[in-house]
Amino acid sequence: MVLDLFRKAEIEPPADIEAATLRSDRFRLEREVDWQRLDNIVTALEKNRPRRISDEDLLDLPVLYRKTASSLAVARETSLDAATLAYLESLVRRAWFQVYGPRIGLLGWLRRFLGGGWSAAVREIWLDICIVLAVMVAGTVVGWLLVEQDERWYYSLVPGGMAGGRAPGADPEMLRESLGTTESASGLGVFAAYLFSNNTGVCIMAFALGFAFGVPTLLLMVYNLALLGAMFWVFQDAGMGLDFAGWLSVHGTTELGAILLSGAAGLHVGRTMAFPGDRTILAAMRSAGVRAAQVMAGCTIMLIVAGLLEGYVRQLVGDTASRFAIGGAMLALWVLYFAFVPAPRERET
Amino acid sequence: MSTVSRPRAVLQADLAKRQRTLVTPEGLSLPLIVGARGSRAGALILDLLFLTIGTVAFLIFLSAIGFGLFDMGSNPDTNPVLQGLLVIVILLLFLARYGYFLWFELGPRAATPGKRIVGLRVAARDGGRLTAEMVIARNLVRDVEVFLPLFFLLGGGQGAGVAGFAAFIWLMVFVLFPLFNKDALRAGDLVAGTWVVEARQAKLKEAMSLAPDRADQYQFGEAELSVYGEHELQVLESVLRQNRAESLREVAEAITNKIGWQLGAGDEREFLEAFYAALRGHLETGMRFGKRKADKYS
Repeated sequence: MVLDLFRKAEIEPPADIEAATLRSDRFRLEREVDWQRLDNIVTALEKNRPRRISDEDLLDLPVLYRKTASSLAVARETSLDAATLAYLESLVRRAWFQVYGPRIGLLGWLRRFLGGGWSAAVREIWLDICIVLAVMVAGTVVGWLLVEQDERWYYSLVPGGMAGGRAPGADPEMLRESLGTTESASGLGVFAAYLFSNNTGVCIMAFALGFAFGVPTLLLMVYNLALLGAMFWVFQDAGMGLDFAGWLSVHGTTELGAILLSGAAGLHVGRTMAFPGDRTILAAMRSAGVRAAQVMAGCTIMLIVAGLLEGYVRQLVGDTASRFAIGGAMLALWVLYFAFVPAPRERET
Repeated sequence: MSTVSRPRAVLQADLAKRQRTLVTPEGLSLPLIVGARGSRAGALILDLLFLTIGTVAFLIFLSAIGFGLFDMGSNPDTNPVLQGLLVIVILLLFLARYGYFLWFELGPRAATPGKRIVGLRVAARDGGRLTAEMVIARNLVRDVEVFLPLFFLLGGGQGAGVAGFAAFIWLMVFVLFPLFNKDALRAGDLVAGTWVVEARQAKLKEAMSLAPDRADQYQFGEAELSVYGEHELQVLESVLRQNRAESLREVAEAITNKIGWQLGAGDEREFLEAFYAALRGHLETGMRFGKRKADKYS
């Protein structure tokens, strides 16, 4: 029959149990059917096809798991059949992995993550966010003050390629042009994608450097924001401080937010390494790492948004007031989301 | 069943070093074997290979169905409609880098295809449930451990002087991290509270004592059965299961020499089956009384 091909293999009842001369083999033959049933269920679960399991099997699953586990315990003490022991160990291990495996897939996780898991994780590292925010503000001020004192600082802070002619004493017309818009959207998409991968690099560095007790993360924050402060001074010097702030705010509120969060996540891990409290370092790092990972996963989303804002919106909207409006709206959106979206309810597992 | 050869001893010592016992929340102790560093590296290389092949195939597919991706790449400003598509492709490729590992490790087998091929999977170190957050954490750190060093080497980061050198050292700390702890944890495993263990499947093999009972033809005495221990019994079991004529003959000769029997040609398998059943019965009876004999020396 054709249908038989698609039916799963029936479990063969064991050969004549009484034919076995050894007691341990009779023990095994008596329980073999249960083991094979559990094996079939676990295989179906591993293949992600729980529908193939019959209701009867599903109801018996806890009993079968316990029976097999106790068979293993007995067999270890009474049987010297290496192959059977190996089979039982692997079967119990596989069943155990299914019982304690991940309960939600990528999409389920993503839904729960956006629906509050992310904001809850961000709220949990509030202290680190405050520290990094303070350091970022300090970095900007330092950059500003340094260049104000001595313009030569600008050249050591800002790498030549990034300055792109935006140097102290540059022609104001040229500066204004660099804040301007482009005629159409063509060419901007690739630019946005490029910015995105560039910014992601900075964020991941900020997070990864956190492992050295968070110190390099803070240094990276100071450096990057000093750069910003220095550039801000150049524009302020040319009388375009407000325009520059507007230009920056379109994507900056999102992008700097992402950098802030990733720095805070890195610092959180580093700080936990240095001060694990009354837990072991490994246990403390584990909980900190899981929290920081959620924050970082969210940073990726923020950076995609920032890249699109930077590549498209900023180049198309030229008016400073509307730029401020867009940037402010984004900032409000993020702050409201992080502050007020409640954590998802833990599902009973 | 002579002395254990040297490479095998090394293998067994390595296996013993990677053996861990994990107590499940039900109080059952499960033996686990931590994945070897070599097989983990192999799994990673396989995964990277799959990712590369998948990406190239995806791009070829796109160009084949007429998006003309490769022509467009040379002059992206001319076609604004297809530009948006290029952005999506770039983002997709970026997400594939993370999504590939996340998707498979969040699945019911908690293993990427590469890990599955070499027989590994991810598990929570404390014996509890492997949560999605753990998988996310260990894969985010992977970026620093695998992709950044890769891009660094490919992108000529070594030309950046002292800073480049410092970055190189820093990245190497991550890359070499698994070599310096006994569980072969990489930084991502450490942060996420996971480890990578072996997850091979075993098939249930035939019961051994179903062969016709020959206890009346071959009768072994106490003295003959107490020569060997459990280790030799298990070697004999594997020889019987493999059922190769020459090894059956060698083993039968070794045993008959040891216990002072004479054996006719062609009777090897029958003799070995009978001896196996008798020896196992003897040792298992001892076990039930709490007497165990690990090998012939004890």
